[in-house]
Amino acid sequence: MVDKFLAGFTQERVQMANKDEILKVENLTKYYISGYMFTKKVLGAEDVSFDLKKGEVLSIVGESGSGKSTVANMILRLFNPTSGKIFLDGKDAFSFNKKDYWRRVQAIFQDPYSTFNHYYNVDRPLMDSFDLLENSGKTYSKTERKEIINKTLETIGMNPDEILGRYPHQTSGGEMQRLLIARTLIIGPEVLVADEPTSMTDASTRVAILNELLRLKEEREMAVLFITHDVGQAYYVSDRAAVMKDGRIVEMGPAEKVFFDPEHPYTKNLIASVPKVHEKWDI
Amino acid sequence: MSEVVLKTQDLMGYYRGSFGVVYGVDGISVTVMKGERLGLAGESGCGKTTFAELLTGTPVPLLYYEGGLVDIEGYDVWHIPPETLRKEVKCKHMSYVPQAALNSLNPTLRIKNFVADMLKERTDKKYSPDEAREMLSDHLAMLNLDKHVLDIYPHELSGGMKQRVTIAISTYAKPSLLIVDEPTSSLDVTSQKAMVKMLLDIHRKELIKSMIVVSHDLGMLRQLCDRLGVMYAGRFMEEGKMDDIISDPLHPYTRLLLGSLLPLERWTKTANLKSIPGRHPDLRNPPPGCRFHPRCPECMDICKSKRPAAIEKNGRQVSCWLYSGESSDGE
Repeated sequence: MVDKFLAGFTQERVQMANKDEILKVENLTKYYISGYMFTKKVLGAEDVSFDLKKGEVLSIVGESGSGKSTVANMILRLFNPTSGKIFLDGKDAFSFNKKDYWRRVQAIFQDPYSTFNHYYNVDRPLMDSFDLLENSGKTYSKTERKEIINKTLETIGMNPDEILGRYPHQTSGGEMQRLLIARTLIIGPEVLVADEPTSMTDASTRVAILNELLRLKEEREMAVLFITHDVGQAYYVSDRAAVMKDGRIVEMGPAEKVFFDPEHPYTKNLIASVPKVHEKWDI
Repeated sequence: MSEVVLKTQDLMGYYRGSFGVVYGVDGISVTVMKGERLGLAGESGCGKTTFAELLTGTPVPLLYYEGGLVDIEGYDVWHIPPETLRKEVKCKHMSYVPQAALNSLNPTLRIKNFVADMLKERTDKKYSPDEAREMLSDHLAMLNLDKHVLDIYPHELSGGMKQRVTIAISTYAKPSLLIVDEPTSSLDVTSQKAMVKMLLDIHRKELIKSMIVVSHDLGMLRQLCDRLGVMYAGRFMEEGKMDDIISDPLHPYTRLLLGSLLPLERWTKTANLKSIPGRHPDLRNPPPGCRFHPRCPECMDICKSKRPAAIEKNGRQVSCWLYSGESSDGE
C-alpha cells in the first residue's frame, strides 16, 4: 500500500513531464489598504512576474519588508492580489476550488509555532493532511495513515516513535519545520512555497532541511519557491534567484550570475554586506 | 596591554524551578584582557546568554548563581553588596546590552527623557532632558550618530537605528567591558554591517577596553571579534584566537559547526554539506562525561564517563580527550 502510494506520485510526474512550466505569475501587485474612511495604501508587491518550472528551485531574496512573503501568500491564495494573475499548470489559480488548489500548492511557513495547534499533539496536522488527499477520491483508514506517516518520517531521517505523540512545546523549531516537510511529502504537491523554512533552526541543523528540499526537487520533481533573506542558503539550494526590493524584483537570473556577478547596485550592496567566515571585511 | 578586565573561574549558574534543575552554565573559566574582543558562539540553548547574564550579577528570575568567580576589574561581582554593584560597577565598569535591547527604549518617552532618567539613576544628580541631550551629543557624534535622534520617540527610528542608539547610551559612561547579546539578530544584512562597524568603532576609539559578543552567527563574529569561544551544553569546547580556530578547528564540535555553515561561496554548491547528527541535549539531563559525546564522530570510551579538562594546545584551550592524554580533573 505504502509503496504504491509513493510510486503513484512518480507516475503522475512522468505523465506531466512534457509540460515544463508549472507556476506562472504575471504582473502581480498587492496594496495593503488600511483605514475605513481615510484609507491608506501600503505597497506590498508591485509588478512581480516570474515562472517556475518543474524540478526547479527559485529563490526570492530580499531584506525585511521587501515583499517576499506577500508574494508567497498570494501564490498560496491566502491574500487576493490587487491586480495581476497567477497560473497553475496553465490555468488561472483562482478558477480552482481552494482544496484542489492546496492539494497541488503547499507551504512551509516561517513560524512553525503558529502552524501547529498547541492543544493537540504533532500527529494531528499529519493525520489531517490525508483529508486533502481524500478530497480527490481515495480514502485512507487510520492504520494506513499511520503507516504512511511512519514511512515518510523515516525517509526524512526522523524517528517516528520519538517524535509522534509529542506536543508542540516539546519539540524544537527545527523538528517542527521538518514535520511540515513530512506533511508536504504526504500531500505531494507540485509546487512548494518554502517561506524561510530554516528560520527556527541552528546552523548545525539548517543544512538538513535544505538537503531535504533538494531531495524533494530531485526525486519528486517538485517546483520549490524558496524565500529567504540569507543569500548563502539561497545560493546553496537554488537554480535561479530573484532579488526583491521595495516590492519589486530588481534582478532575476541564474543563481550563479545573480550572486557572483550581480548587475543591479542593490544586489551588489546586499551581497557585499553578507559577513563571510573565511574572509574579513576591511572596515 | 596585559591588564585583566574580566576573569571567571569555574563559573556555574543553574535554572531552578518546577521543571527541575537546568545546568545552564557548568564550569566556565575565561580571562579577557584589555583590548580583546571575545565572541561566544554556539547553538541555541547552549548557555551563551546564561553566561552573559551571570557576568552581570543580576540574572533573570529562576537563574541562580551556583559557584565560581566573576571578577571585573577587581570587583567580585557575586560577593559585593547589590547596591555597590548597581552604583559602582554597572555602566562604569561593565555594561550589558541584552538581546532585543532595541525594545527596551521607553515607547512613551522621547529618547532624551529616557537618557535623563538613566543619568539620574547612575549619578544621583537630576538632569533635565535638554541637559542630557547636551551631555550625550559629543558621545553620539563620536559614533557618527546625529544628536537629533534624542529628540524623537523610539517608534520613529528603524530597528537598526534603535539598536545603535541603545548601544550608544549604554557606552556613555565608558565601561571597561561591554557585553552585547545578539546585536544583529533582528537586523537586515545592511544594518548588520553598520552595527558591526559601530561596535568596532567604539572599540577603536577606546570608549571601552574589551568586549564580549554573544551570537549564533559565526560570520558576524568573525568580522567583529579577535577571539572566539565555542560553547556547547554550558561549557567551552574550544577557546582561542579567531583566525586560528577558523582556519584549523581542533575540537570535533567546532569542526562540524564550521562545516555546517552556509557562506556565500562557490564551493558550497558542490560540497556535500552535512548537518551535525542528533540534537543539542536537554540540559536538565546532560550526558555524562564530555557533553558532546553522543553526537561526536570521534567518540571514545573515556568520553562517555569522564569530563575532559581544558588543556592548552597551539595557544588555545581545548576540552577534548583527543588532545588531553591522561591528565584530567574528572567529574
